[in-house]
Amino acid sequence: MEITDAQIEFKDFNFYYGKFHALKNINFKMARHKCTAFIGPSGCGKSTLLRTINRMYDLYPEQRAEGQLLFDGRNLLGSDIDVSVLRAKIGMVFQKPTPFPMSIYDNIAFGVKLHEKLSSKDMDDRVEWALRKAALWDEVKDKLNQSGMSLSGGQQQRLCIARGIAVKPEVILLDEPTSALDPISTARIEELIDELKAEFTIVIVTHNMQQAARISDYTAYMYLGEMVEFGVTDELFVKPKKKETEDYITGRFG
Amino acid sequence: MNLLARRKLTNRVALTLSLSAMAFGLFWLAWILWTVLDLGLAGLSLTLFTEMTPPPGAETGGLLNAIVGSLIMVVLATLLGTPIGILAGVYLAEYGRYHWLGSATRFINDLLLSAPSIVIGLFVYAVVVAQTGKFSAWSGVIALALIVLPVVVRTTENMLQLIPNTLREAAFALGAPKSVVISKVTLRAARAGVLTGVLLAVARIAGETAPLLFTALSNQFWTLNLNEPMANLPVTIFKFAMSPFTNWQELAWAGVFLITMGVLILNIVARVFLRAEKLN
Repeated sequence: MEITDAQIEFKDFNFYYGKFHALKNINFKMARHKCTAFIGPSGCGKSTLLRTINRMYDLYPEQRAEGQLLFDGRNLLGSDIDVSVLRAKIGMVFQKPTPFPMSIYDNIAFGVKLHEKLSSKDMDDRVEWALRKAALWDEVKDKLNQSGMSLSGGQQQRLCIARGIAVKPEVILLDEPTSALDPISTARIEELIDELKAEFTIVIVTHNMQQAARISDYTAYMYLGEMVEFGVTDELFVKPKKKETEDYITGRFG
Repeated sequence: MNLLARRKLTNRVALTLSLSAMAFGLFWLAWILWTVLDLGLAGLSLTLFTEMTPPPGAETGGLLNAIVGSLIMVVLATLLGTPIGILAGVYLAEYGRYHWLGSATRFINDLLLSAPSIVIGLFVYAVVVAQTGKFSAWSGVIALALIVLPVVVRTTENMLQLIPNTLREAAFALGAPKSVVISKVTLRAARAGVLTGVLLAVARIAGETAPLLFTALSNQFWTLNLNEPMANLPVTIFKFAMSPFTNWQELAWAGVFLITMGVLILNIVARVFLRAEKLN
């Protein structure tokens, strides 16, 4: 397996929570406009790995990364990187929906205003565009001034996806985006991810192996901070190269 | 006796004990409220709001100067203490949470929170009144603001700490700088709680007597000059209630009634506001 058009690449990457060595020698590439899934048991480091890509760990002084994390060839770990600009290019959606305490419209406009000065007409268009992309427009177009908190859990999560898309990022990071949702909402989000792949590079952390198999092009299996196996999803699930991967995906442990 | 019967008995004993504790507390509260209503309503009349505090034994007279004085000082103290308190609370919750300066500030704030109000009054007397050489409404405002401050700091910090960290991360993940995350997202999410804290602080200073006794003193006459002693309800009540004159005693009870009602209304407003925000 060879990834030719890599957008993100980890090289000899290590991550520490204080003294705890959480990610060990990570080396792999993520393809542009594909969906890459991280799977593995709780505590294996898959969320930690995801959160390094937008430098979320910067918020916590005791966390640090070493090695190289290349985004279109540029090392993101360098001190010359402006994290605000970086986070405009790399959006993130969290496990629990996180609508801001403001109207649906303002939830979407919030991120856009941080990076662009738009006329109110352009902003209206952008909000509609983002909500349509997130398959939420038809449900909320008549109540854009209502609080984002008034939506159902599944709608809130699509609102958060729309909020991320509105900034026009290149990559969207999804940290277990459906684990707090019912099956119908989950199915809608999965369909949505499939559509978003056309324009965005998607990275998803999931506990649900069927979900990884359904929506991702590449899958990484992680265990105890190491990347045990990385490959094309269809191959990894059908014919895993490593015994540990096979044990995990067949449900023998984890 | 089997396990289930014993559980039921334990439950009944605990329930009886807690119910009697509640009844004991409510009994005194009801008695106080009844006395305030009974004696306060007797002194209630229109002249209460239209006439100044009378000399002893006079036929008429009201509490106008004391009511207005209290309102002015409470409002100014709140305007002074609230912004500083909110800023300090934001520092404690968002910036200094794990920093030694944050822990030190939190500890000192807790001291200030539990300091007897007479200590605050004497402090402002020494620092302001003794230096300027006269009692003044301003010194009263400063003393009351010092009581508002720690309450607002504490509630702001607590309310911000209740905001889940993922909400902060979500705002940071969009590329927002910390100032925007705090002003547009976390403080906004906590605003109902913060406002409730401010209202409760107002309720607290509305009835404080000790800090005003050494600062704003009191004034038998009408004044809006903040550089002079100013009449206020608590000190007027203190003075009138201790006096042997019936007309003063009646006015003292009417003043007590006004403060009690004011505090009650503030508490109800705070609750209604908090509930409306929760439902939204």
